[in-house]
Amino acid sequence: MKKLSARRRHPLAAFVVLLFALAATGGLYAALAPAPEAKADDSAQSLAIEQGKKLYSVGCASCHGTSGQGSSDGPSLVGVGSAAVDFQVGTGRMPAQQPGAQIPAKKVIYTQAEIDQLAAYVASLGPGPSTPTKDQYDPADADVAKGGELFRTNCAQCHTVSGKGGALTDGMFAPSLKGVDPKYIYEAMQTGPQNMPSFPDSTMPQDTKADIIAYLQEIDTAGSNNEGGFTLGSIGPVSEGLFAWVFGLGSLIAIATWVAARTTKAKKS
Amino acid sequence: MSHETGSHNDVSDNLPSEQHGGHGAEAARTDPFADPGLPPHEHRRQDIDEKAAKHSERVVAGLFTLSMLGTLGFIASYVIFPVGKIVYIFPVGHVSALNFSLGLTLGLALFCIGAGAVHWARTLMSDEEIADERHRVDADDELRENVRQQWITGAKESGFGRRKLIRNTMFGAVSLVPLAGVVLLRDLGPLPEDKLQHTLWAKGKVLVNTNTNKPLRPEDIVVGSLTFGQPQGLEEADDDFQEQIAKAAVMIVRLKPEDIKDKREADWGHDGIVVFSKICTHVGCPISLYEQQTHHVLCPCHQSTFDLSDGARVIFGPAGHPLPQLRISVNGEGNLVALGDFEAPVGPAFWER
Repeated sequence: MKKLSARRRHPLAAFVVLLFALAATGGLYAALAPAPEAKADDSAQSLAIEQGKKLYSVGCASCHGTSGQGSSDGPSLVGVGSAAVDFQVGTGRMPAQQPGAQIPAKKVIYTQAEIDQLAAYVASLGPGPSTPTKDQYDPADADVAKGGELFRTNCAQCHTVSGKGGALTDGMFAPSLKGVDPKYIYEAMQTGPQNMPSFPDSTMPQDTKADIIAYLQEIDTAGSNNEGGFTLGSIGPVSEGLFAWVFGLGSLIAIATWVAARTTKAKKS
Repeated sequence: MSHETGSHNDVSDNLPSEQHGGHGAEAARTDPFADPGLPPHEHRRQDIDEKAAKHSERVVAGLFTLSMLGTLGFIASYVIFPVGKIVYIFPVGHVSALNFSLGLTLGLALFCIGAGAVHWARTLMSDEEIADERHRVDADDELRENVRQQWITGAKESGFGRRKLIRNTMFGAVSLVPLAGVVLLRDLGPLPEDKLQHTLWAKGKVLVNTNTNKPLRPEDIVVGSLTFGQPQGLEEADDDFQEQIAKAAVMIVRLKPEDIKDKREADWGHDGIVVFSKICTHVGCPISLYEQQTHHVLCPCHQSTFDLSDGARVIFGPAGHPLPQLRISVNGEGNLVALGDFEAPVGPAFWER
C-alpha cells in the first residue's frame, strides 16, 4: 500500500483512476442493461407501429386524419386504445363503407395480424384501453346468474333481455349479440363503440364483464335449453301475440268453418 | 192486443205450414208474400243407411277412445320424463321432453272429446227441424190477481204496517249494513301526502354503483360511460327496497364540460359528471337507452327522448317534464354525494304537480 500511496501524485495517476472508473461503469452497464429480448420486443413493437402507420395511411387517414386527430368525417383516435381498433376493424365495422346513422358490422377485410399492427399504431397515439387477453374475457369460471342480473341492469334496455338487439333513435339500433365473439363483447363494453356508452373497469370490474359474457353464451339459443319450443325470434310479446292471433285463432276459425261448411245430408246440393 | 183473445192453439197464422211439392207454388200464386215455410227435410246417409250409421258410431267411439289414450299418455309422460330433459323435435327446436309430451297428450285428449261430440251430433243425433212456438210473455189476469192477493195477505199477516218499531229498525239495519263496505274503502288511502315529492336522496347521501354496491368516485366515471347508481344504505333485502329504488334509481354520465348546453345542469354536476333520475316522466318506465355521442336518452315504452346535454329536456315523445337532476358534489373521502333530494318529483306527472 505504501508503494501505491507513494505514487498517488504521479502524473499518470489521474489517467489510471479514470481508466478504472470507465471500466467499472462499462461493467455495471453490461450487467444491468435491459435484456436483449426486451430490446428485440421493443423493435418488434416499433415495427408493428411502423407497419400499422402504413396501413393507417391507406385505409383510415381519409376520415380520421393523417395522424389520428380526426376530421369532420370521423372522430379523433387519440386515446381510443388498441381495444377499440380490434373491435371496430375486427368486426368489419371499420373501414366504413359509407357515412350513416350507424356503421354496421360487415365482412372483415384485414387479417388479424394487420389489425394488430393498426391497433399498435393507434395505441401509440395516446393511452387507452388495450386489447383484452383471453383470461380477461374467458367466461369459463364466471357466474352466469350474476351475469344475467348485470345484463338486465346495464345492457337489456337496448339489447333486450334476450340479447336480440333493438331500435334506437334516428336509424340507430342496438345490434344482436347472438354469436358475437366474447372478445368483441368485452371490447365493446370497455370502449363503447359508436353510440353505445362504455362500461369501464372502474364501474364494471373485469370479472363482472366475464359474468355477462357467460350469461350471453348461456342464452344463445343454438345450444341453450328452451323449455317452451318455438322462440319466434325471442323478440318479445309482439311476435308471440301475432302468432297466437294469426295461427291460434286462425286455425280455430278455419276448423269451425270447415265443420260447418260440410253438409251431412245424403243428397248433396 | 186483440189477437190475444184467440185460442193458444190457433197458431196457423205464424207457423210455417207443412208444404210438400207444388203446395207452396199454389200459395204463392194467391199471396205473393206467403210464408214459404221450411224446405222438406233431407235425410242424412246415417239416417237411411244402417251401415253408415255404424261407421259413424265407430268413428265417434274411436275418437273418445283416442282421448282416453291421450289422458293415459299424459299420466305416463308425467311419470316417465324427468324435469329438464331436453330433446330436439324438428320444427319446434330444442324443447323440454316433459312439457312437450304433456301438452301434446292433453291436447289430444281434449281435442278428441270435442271432435267426437261434434261428429256424434252431426251424424247420429236427430237433425229434424223443429219450430218452437213462442209463448205469451205476460201472465194471465187470474194469476196476476192471485199474486196481488197473496202479497196483500202477506203484508197483513207480517204486521209490517202495524208493528212500526220492527219495520223501522229493520230499515235501519238494512241501510247500515252497506256502511261496512264503505268503511273498507278507507284502505284505498291514506293519501300519499308528499311521498311523491321525496325520494331517499338527501344532503350527503353517497352514490353507490348498482353493479358493485361500492361508493362511486369521480375518477371512476369516464366520458362516454354509463353507470347506474343508488343511495348508499339501500339494500335489496330491505322491506321497502322496491318502493325506494323505483324512485331513487339514477343514471350517471360524464359529458365534456363544453358539451353541456344548460348552465344549471353544469352547476349541479361535478366536473362534467351529471346525475339524472332513471324514471321516465311520462309513465315511469326505467329509461336508460343512452346514446353516448348524441347524449340522447330514449324511453323504450313510448319513445320519449331526453337530451342529457341540455338539462334532460324532452326532445321527442309524450313525456311532459325533463328528467329530474340530482345535485352532486364530492365529500371529504373523495366519493360522489348528493347535495339534496331531487328538486322536481321523479316519475310520471300527477294531479298536484
